[in-house]
Amino acid sequence: MSELTLVEAINDAFHTELARDDSVLVMGEDVGRAGGVFRATAGLRDKFGAERCVDTPLAEAGILGAAVGLCMAGWRPVCEMQYDAFSYPCLDQLITHVGRYRWRTRGAMDFPLVVRMPYGGGVRAPELHDDSPEAYYAHTPGVKVAIPSTPADAKGLLAAAIRDPDPVIVLEPKLHYRTMRGDVPAGEHVVALGRARVARDGDDATIVAYGSMVPVAEAAAELLAEEAAVEVLDIRTLKPLDEEALLESVGKTGRAVIVQEAPRTAGYGAELAAILAEKAMLDLRAPVIRVTGYDVPYPYWQIEDAYMPSVERVVAAVRKTLEF
Amino acid sequence: MAQTLRVPGSHDLRRVIGDGEAIPDGEVEGLEERDLLELYRSMVLLRTYDERSVVFHRQGRIGTYAIFWNHEAMQAGSAYALEREDWIFPSYRESAIGLLRGMPVSTVLSWWRGHPAGWWNPLDYNVASICVPIGTHVPHAAGLAWGKKLRGESSCAVAYFGDGATSEGSFHEGANFAGVMRAPLILFCNNNQWAISTPLSAQTAAETLADKAVGYGIPGVRVDGCDVLAVFEATRDAVARARAGEGPTFIEAVSYRTAPHATADDPRAYIDLERVEEEKRRECLGRYEAYLRRAGVLSDELAESTRAEAAEALRSGIAAAEEEPPADVGLVFEHAYAAPPASFAAELAELRELLGE
Repeated sequence: MSELTLVEAINDAFHTELARDDSVLVMGEDVGRAGGVFRATAGLRDKFGAERCVDTPLAEAGILGAAVGLCMAGWRPVCEMQYDAFSYPCLDQLITHVGRYRWRTRGAMDFPLVVRMPYGGGVRAPELHDDSPEAYYAHTPGVKVAIPSTPADAKGLLAAAIRDPDPVIVLEPKLHYRTMRGDVPAGEHVVALGRARVARDGDDATIVAYGSMVPVAEAAAELLAEEAAVEVLDIRTLKPLDEEALLESVGKTGRAVIVQEAPRTAGYGAELAAILAEKAMLDLRAPVIRVTGYDVPYPYWQIEDAYMPSVERVVAAVRKTLEF
Repeated sequence: MAQTLRVPGSHDLRRVIGDGEAIPDGEVEGLEERDLLELYRSMVLLRTYDERSVVFHRQGRIGTYAIFWNHEAMQAGSAYALEREDWIFPSYRESAIGLLRGMPVSTVLSWWRGHPAGWWNPLDYNVASICVPIGTHVPHAAGLAWGKKLRGESSCAVAYFGDGATSEGSFHEGANFAGVMRAPLILFCNNNQWAISTPLSAQTAAETLADKAVGYGIPGVRVDGCDVLAVFEATRDAVARARAGEGPTFIEAVSYRTAPHATADDPRAYIDLERVEEEKRRECLGRYEAYLRRAGVLSDELAESTRAEAAEALRSGIAAAEEEPPADVGLVFEHAYAAPPASFAAELAELRELLGE
């Protein structure tokens, strides 16, 4: 066990997994010589060679498309998309091929590829360095989606994604790459996909969150500690979702606030709310409330904090459910 | 030996087959009589497949079908230059190219019938799944070729796509990737000069599509796409380059689409029918047959028996496809994931109950 930042934990996962399985290959823009713009892949090129940590042309669709072919040749490629919004050109490959190729071969071929990217705002960056695109990915059949919120989970979920026989998208909260430290198990560490985590126990209300919103949810629960025992459920894997954990927590508390940084309409929070409407009707003591980003392009960074679901907004939403 | 023929308004095209008059026949070094006849058998099989498929469509026995009449020389000639270990990435225009790798006729017909029996295992034939969107398989072929090279294997890959695909970003990204990685890839462009109703002149301002290769730092060659021997020779050269570690080659095979884009298309609205008739007179199978006859390789009896063999393959192929048992609805939920999510079982159970199963 050692204390690492979130991005160091990702780097640790890479070193462990590349050493463990020589069919794992890392590819992307600036991942080799530079070690990635956030240094997530630092040291891999020196240790494993330029053929297993590949600097690619600047071509997101080409990267993911080539990764499909690499899978067919027996590799397990891990693709880095440099930023959330730079991944949009690869959606074509993702939707038309990545999520469909196993099905197209009637299960005869595996496509064990990973696409990982830094996501989310709060970092005072230029336009299109701040998006939360998880709904596009989660909506695509044939792919799985994981979003860690802690250094330990960042390592464990990436390891699970690399070992998974299906394509997995991992979105990493870039705001916390270096601002969050935590204990990370040394050596092999796998966090199974599809398992939520109770980040904080409580009986009165549940805040459901993932990725960068988990610390916001935890801070809100802490602020409310004198009024109510608020549970924080970090769902960790958006697809497959740990529905059981969601229903168990809300079954216990009867109140749910769902927090997502992404814009509101048709976001992943709507899916969570729909599941609660379908399956937890009799447990609910108040309407499910969503706290989300707004349905606007992610704003100019001087006023980006106004867009971000804040601790105050989450606290207000929880109070609303408590007072209903 | 390949010759070049000056086509008005166009650059030189590699050509081997003459016209029986002013243009003499050439020959391809290394091709023996049995090779020439194997190429002939392949072309006849593809032609028969295509012509019967149009009939099957009209009879309601297959769905919408993308016709490849007059494309047989490009497919048979290039595929014959490959080894079995080499990979083929077809577009829908090459839907039946697997037949040249021993894929049953019924498999391809099942694909066009929308039956799961048509979704083959690529590893059985080293033929990737049919790519329906335009050009998005080019990066796959680049990735596979690169991946094989990284593994120290000697196999190469061919990606087939049309002239319209060269306008797609995927084509560009795949070609560029292959160039940078020196991937053993053949980019085979079937330039039939039409993308549904859009002529080549509205597709590109480039003089030739082969010119695009320059931008990827790879050779681009132009070949008469209706000359199976020229196509074979150009592909064989490209395969040799690939195996020698010299990277990809772009082949622009020039032909003309004399049939509708697909069974749902009516080209009378946009095409010059006189030109179509003229091109039909130069169609690839007839030209090759005439070549073989001039060379004394093909007799009436052999031509007849080859056609009969292909017709029989189609007769038994459609029968086998139609004998496939109806697909079970359970397949809706299969194969999307290695391990299906728990929700699928409940959804299937509900569906079966509603269907009264």
